[in-house]
Order: sequence, then C-alpha cells, then structure tokens
Amino acid sequence: MADKLMRINLKVWRQESPNAQGRLVPYVVEGVNPHMSFLEMFDYLNEGLIQQGEEPVEFDHDCREGICGSCSMMVDGMAHGPQRGTAVCQLHMRHYKDGDTIVVEPWRATGFPIIKDLVVDRSAFDRIIAAGGYISVNTGNAQDANMIPVEKAKSDAGFDYAACIGCGACVAACPNASAALFTSAKIAHLAMFPQGEPEKKRRVVRMVEQMDAEGFGDCSNHGECEAACPKVISISSIALMRREYAKAMFS
Amino acid sequence: MTDPKLDSKVPSGPLQEKWSNYLNHAKLVNPNNKRKHTILVVGTGLAGASAAASLAELGYNVKSFCIQDSARRAHSIAAQGGINAAKNYPDDGDSVWRLFYDTIKGGDYRAREANVHRLAQISNSIIDQCVAQGVPFAREYGGLLSNRSFGGAQVSRTFYARGQTGQQLLLGAYQAMEKMIDAGKIKQYDRREMLDLVVVDGKARGIICRNLVTGKLERHVGDAVLLCTGGYGNVFYLSTNAKNSNVTAAWRCYKRGAYFANPCFTQIHPTCIPVSGDYQSKLTLMSESLRNDGRVWVPKTPGDKRSPDQIPEADRDYYLERKYPSFGNLVPRDVASRNAKEMADHDKGVGETGMAVYLDFQDAIQRLGADVISARYGNLFEMYEKITGEDPYKVPMRIYPAVHYTMGGLWVDYNLMSTVPGLFVLGEANFSDHGANRLGASALMQGLADGYFVISHTLGNYIAGESFPKIDENNEAFAAAENETRERVTRLLSIKGNKTVTQFHRELGAIMWDYVGMARNREGLQHAIDAIVKLREEFWQNLKIPGSNDTMNKNLEFACRVADFMELGELMARDALEREESCGGHFREEYQTEEGEALRNDDEFAYVAAWEYRGAGARAEMHKEELVFENVKLTQRSYK
Repeated sequence: MADKLMRINLKVWRQESPNAQGRLVPYVVEGVNPHMSFLEMFDYLNEGLIQQGEEPVEFDHDCREGICGSCSMMVDGMAHGPQRGTAVCQLHMRHYKDGDTIVVEPWRATGFPIIKDLVVDRSAFDRIIAAGGYISVNTGNAQDANMIPVEKAKSDAGFDYAACIGCGACVAACPNASAALFTSAKIAHLAMFPQGEPEKKRRVVRMVEQMDAEGFGDCSNHGECEAACPKVISISSIALMRREYAKAMFS
Repeated sequence: MTDPKLDSKVPSGPLQEKWSNYLNHAKLVNPNNKRKHTILVVGTGLAGASAAASLAELGYNVKSFCIQDSARRAHSIAAQGGINAAKNYPDDGDSVWRLFYDTIKGGDYRAREANVHRLAQISNSIIDQCVAQGVPFAREYGGLLSNRSFGGAQVSRTFYARGQTGQQLLLGAYQAMEKMIDAGKIKQYDRREMLDLVVVDGKARGIICRNLVTGKLERHVGDAVLLCTGGYGNVFYLSTNAKNSNVTAAWRCYKRGAYFANPCFTQIHPTCIPVSGDYQSKLTLMSESLRNDGRVWVPKTPGDKRSPDQIPEADRDYYLERKYPSFGNLVPRDVASRNAKEMADHDKGVGETGMAVYLDFQDAIQRLGADVISARYGNLFEMYEKITGEDPYKVPMRIYPAVHYTMGGLWVDYNLMSTVPGLFVLGEANFSDHGANRLGASALMQGLADGYFVISHTLGNYIAGESFPKIDENNEAFAAAENETRERVTRLLSIKGNKTVTQFHRELGAIMWDYVGMARNREGLQHAIDAIVKLREEFWQNLKIPGSNDTMNKNLEFACRVADFMELGELMARDALEREESCGGHFREEYQTEEGEALRNDDEFAYVAAWEYRGAGARAEMHKEELVFENVKLTQRSYK
C-alpha cells in the first residue's frame, strides 16, 4: 500500500474488573494504516501489548459489519466516534491524521456496569425486550402471510425503527443515560403493524416500567441519542412511545 | 453400502408424503410431561433461537446458551440478502417441487432428497410465522409482500427486509425467546461457551460451559442437547463470519462420538470486499442481490492497470455474461467464485492487489436511475463506501470471493439427530440440506425450518421413546468432562511461548486458503495436511496467551477455538483429498470438464463422508452414507 502510515496517540480506559478503579492509559501506536478499521487498529495495538508482556485491551466485537451491535466505544466523547450513522467497527482510520490523539472509553451508564476495560454489561436491554418487545404468536399459529396487508409507508417506517442493533450508543450519548430511544424503537416498530395492535397497551407499560427499573434516566429531549445512533433511528419514536403510554394509562 | 450407524431414518412413502407420514406417526409427549424435561439449546442464531422459543412454547424447560453478551447478536444477524420460500406469490412458476429441485441441484446432488424436500415444504410456514411476529419484510404499494430473484434462481421466491433480512428474522426469533424468558420457560445464559458435551450411558445429557466473564466452568444437565452453533468458516481466519464464530462446540461433540460429515464442503462467496492489507481482521460480504443489477467484468488484456473509467467497453470482458449466457451474472456462487479466481490467476484481476474483479452499476443506474438503485441497495453501497472509501455510484465496486458458509457439519439423520443419541444438530452446524453448495437465501430458510418446524416434532419423538434416569451435575461423567476441560484450558495458558493466537490463526488460514480453498489438488492437500500438523505442534509449544483464566480473556477464548480449528483443518484437507471429484464448492483441479467446469463422479462419490473420531493421534475413520436419488435425475449442472 502506498498510503502513508500514521502514528496515533491513544488514551484508553483500563479497568481490571467491575469494582476496580479505572484510569486512562496512554499508548502510542506507530504504523497505523489508514485503511484499517478502528477495531483493527485496536487489534494491532493489542498484538503489540501481548508481545511486550502486557494485557491487551478487552473490547466487545463480533460481526465487524455494523449489524450485531457488539462494539461499543466512546471515542473522543462520541458514542461510536465522529462518523454519523456508523458503528465503531465500520469507522476507518482514514478519517484520522498522523499524530492525532484519540480518547477511548466504555459506555458509561448505571444501567451498563463495566465488566472490564471497554466491555460493559448490556443485559438490561434484553430484560426490556422480555417485558413486552414482541408479538405473542406461538410457532404454527400464523395465517398466510399475505392475509395481513400492511401499508407500504407504515411497513417502511416500521423497518426504520426495527433496524436498531441494541448497541447502547443512545444510552451512552444521553446526558441522562436514558434508554428511551432503544425502548421506543421497538415499541414504534411493533406499533406500525396490525399484528402488534392487540398487545400494545401492555407492551408500552411493561417496557417503560422495566426501562425505569434498570436504572436508566428519563428522556429530556436532548436528541444526542439520534445523533449517536449507528442506524440513525429517529427520536420520533420517543414521541410515539409517550403517546402510546399516555393512551395506555388513561384508557 | 451405507454404514449401519448412518441410517438416515427417512420415512417411507412418496417424497411428497414423507414428512406428513412422519408427523402422523411421530410419538408425542404428554403436555404434562413436557415440563419434566429440560432441553439444552446451544447457540441463539436463527436455528437456536427459533428452537428455544418453539420448545418453550410447547412446555419444555429450555436452557439457552450463547457466547455473545446477548442472544440477539448471534451471527445470523449479519445475513443480508433474503429467505427463500415456495409461496409463488408472483405466479412465476414456483412450487414446492421447484424449490426442492433447485436446492438439490444447486447442491450438486450431494444432499439427501427427503431432507431437502421437507425444507421446501416447510418454507412457506416460515414466512407466515415471521410476518405474524412483525418481521418487516419488503412490501409492494398494495400492502402485500414483495419478492425478488436471488442467486441463481429463475423465479422470484426470495423474501427480504432491505439488506438486513438476517437481522430482522433473528430479532423475530430472539423476541419470541424473550417472550418465553419472561414466561419463565427459558433460562438464558449469555457469555457462556460450550467446551464439552457430556454423554451418560450413551446419551447426550449435558454440557460443560465456560463463563467468559469469570472463567468458571459450569455443568448443565438436560435430557437432550441441541447444537445450533453455526459454521466453521473461520478456520480460514479471513471469512465473512463474525470474529467469534467457531467450531469448538461441534468439535467437542465430534470428539464425543458425533460424526463430522463432508467437512470439505465450504462455500466461497463471490461478492465480498477484497482484502486490503495484512492487518485485515475479517471480510465483509456484499449481498449477491447486487448481481441482479451489477455487471461483473475485468479488462480483456492481462495486466491492464488503467482505472476502470479509462477502459472502454471494447476492452472489457463481461466474462459471466459471455460464458453463461442464460444465467449471466446470476450463476450460482461456486461458479461465480471460481471464475473470479480464474480471472485473477490470468492476471486480469483489478485493484492494487489484483485480487478483485469489478461489479459495475453504471448500466443499471442509466437504465433505472440512481434513485431506484439506491432504494434497492442503498445500505450496501453505504457499507462499501465506509469500508473502502470509494463511491460505488461513481466507481465500480471491487469484489472478490471469500469464505462465507460451510455446508459440512455434524452428521444428522432425518430427525436432525447426530450419531450420539440425544444430540441434535440444527442450522449451519449440521450438514444436511445444502449438499456441496448452498444456494443464496437458503441458509435462513434452513435455520428457521429446523428450529421452528422440525425439531419440535423430532425431539418429541425422541423424548417420548426413551427413558431418562434422573441424574444431576454430580454425576461422574460431568466431573470427568469438567476436569478434561480445565486441564486443556490450563495447559494452553501454561505454554507461555512467543507467538500470539492471532499469528497462529493467520498462518492456519493461509494454509487453508491456499490449499483447501477455491481450487484443490492432491499434492496441495497433502502439503496442507503436513503443514497443519507441523503448525499444530508449534501451537502447543509456542503459544503465548496474556492474562489469566479468572477474568474476561478474549485471547484465551480464541486460543481454545484455534486449538480446535487446527484439528478441523486437517480433517477438511483429508476429506477433500478422499473426494476425488469436483462438486459444488469442492473443486479438484484433477477433475474438470474441458471447459473447466466441475466434473462430478456420481458412480463413486454420491455419498456423504461422515468422519468418526478415533482418539488423539489416530486417523479419523470415514463412514459412508450412500445418497439415493429416487425423484431427481442426476445431471451435469449447466448454467450456460
């Protein structure tokens, strides 16, 4: 590759265990290829650390295609880094310059306790879905798929909400550490389909209660979640969730 | 000829009636008795999540395990293109028979007729189930479902949700699971890796798991184990699989008596983003739906390094359209991949490395407009631009084949049961439905067919027909398996050598790609076996793992997996060596037609090669299940 290799100065949050004291540790990474992904730069750092007998930085990652929602890095104070609509696994080093300093931290929220280094526990999200983020249809109960026509615009809107990858960037970006975008995206997805109708009251009430029980903050319309969301899910879902909640409570 | 241990247990009767005959006669478990049985489901991809949900709905107690931090992240999530079904909504001539026929032909006649036909029959119920769950499939303005043609099919039978079909289907199954978790019928264990199968009195009765946060080994007891752990493409290091996808759970079962079938049948997907450098950690698939509108080409002249916009029409070779006029750019995956390799081998490859071909949308954009192309492929174009920094609306995409899927896997009978009673294998982890080559949009179909609609009946048939003496985790088989697992983990940590697990994995991958990849030959395969054995010896002497066993340690997790890949790689090469024919994804250079197409040998190789583990250091033993074709005529696959 003809591209010029870069030196990147990293400051990375290191924390041995959930209750240990964490700290930012500086690393100089020489020879970063601009075509590397952000996580490949971390692989490269880690290989170097192992060779020097140091412990590598733990971070969650899996598909590296921006769809599994595993990766979760706060990059210079921005969830998933500076590129809009991009999970950090899809961020590439060509967006940085030789000599740049980058600060990398884990998601920080009461609802997401740190496990180690950049790895957090996001099981609260599963519990929110378990509280009602589904349509109760047992296997084998379904009628022919085309018996349920859905207006295309609604179906497309439903997809836009359903695109959530459950990464938690919305929580990490929110000054209140609110999980409103995550929770409302599922409520809004299912609200767009006639199949979701019968359970809608129970769904919104139980999911909102669970969200509160997990220690996430309330939404105060900062909009940071939408800006950080790698799938650019609209905060219109939060408005919809509030309407649904009000309707459920007063009907 | 079929080995008696490999009785496929295919029901009698005409092909079309086999599954209904089975259902009519399958043993049933009384509703009150189902709750007395615990079923262990390992893996939460399409197969695992749909099985866990369906079994819990029926009343079984389910324990579900995944290596990710949430069940929703299993690698099925990354499937882009779509899911096939024989609905024939477009009325373009599709039927259950045609889906069956295309699948068995696409698999180059190395799959079992009855299994594939059942898959085609069930396909329609999957779409119904998913729509009822609220899966947002693409729709037409009239509100009904939209279909597209996909990967080598001449009918439009593929249902899709933009380029994120796997994600939406998995979330449907995951949500069904969460519903049953809420109902108290499923207990979910995240960040757990199955490291051994526990066999008691000849039956699968439990698993040993490692808690990936604490390093603690856990024993889980059940009446059956469902292995839904996906494929083993990561043996090549670079593949489109997620970084954590691995063979370990399946390999541990192999070592406990489950036969491993057709390990050499791997699918190299033709449209992936090419390797850009040696730091590359994985490869990214570009859905082959792109081939519906993109045209594949290379320069006519070898070594032509002009930029694509400088190469006039007359100097371009649209080689798929030229060689396969009736299928053109839509030839099946194995054919498209092999042809791309051939172009690169003849120095017609493009891009800096020469290991790529163009996938060009200019004609489609002119014909349909950029808006239409954006509506069809917008998210894929964006993904391509994020990774490469190039805009495919302006510059042709560069693509190259990459390891994507493994048709081989643990051998199962019609019940999806392995050679270990009580061990069922679902989805990509089994070998059953795709023969030597999987057609596009068939993996999602198979995972969900197995999980939603097959296992619920075949498991019941097994449970109702067996007795289950009460055992608990203090049983000596559990203690022994846990000890063996602990010793293996401890041994890996204690090597304290000089090379990292990534270095070893890359080296293994390079051997596999060069000699057990898109084109194989006797000499190369023998070389691969020797090289893998040598590398494996070095691995166990010179591996360096940082950290300890009692906290999260991803390098240790990977080391456990690479240790198994080192053994699997050898078996794959051996299987490829024994199969002296070319079929589907398995191309032996010695066996090709004059035009360079795969040359099958049905007289000698129309069988499933199922490998039995014979102990450490001993050579695996091959058993054969003869494939009997009563309904289709074996023909040379031609896409010309």
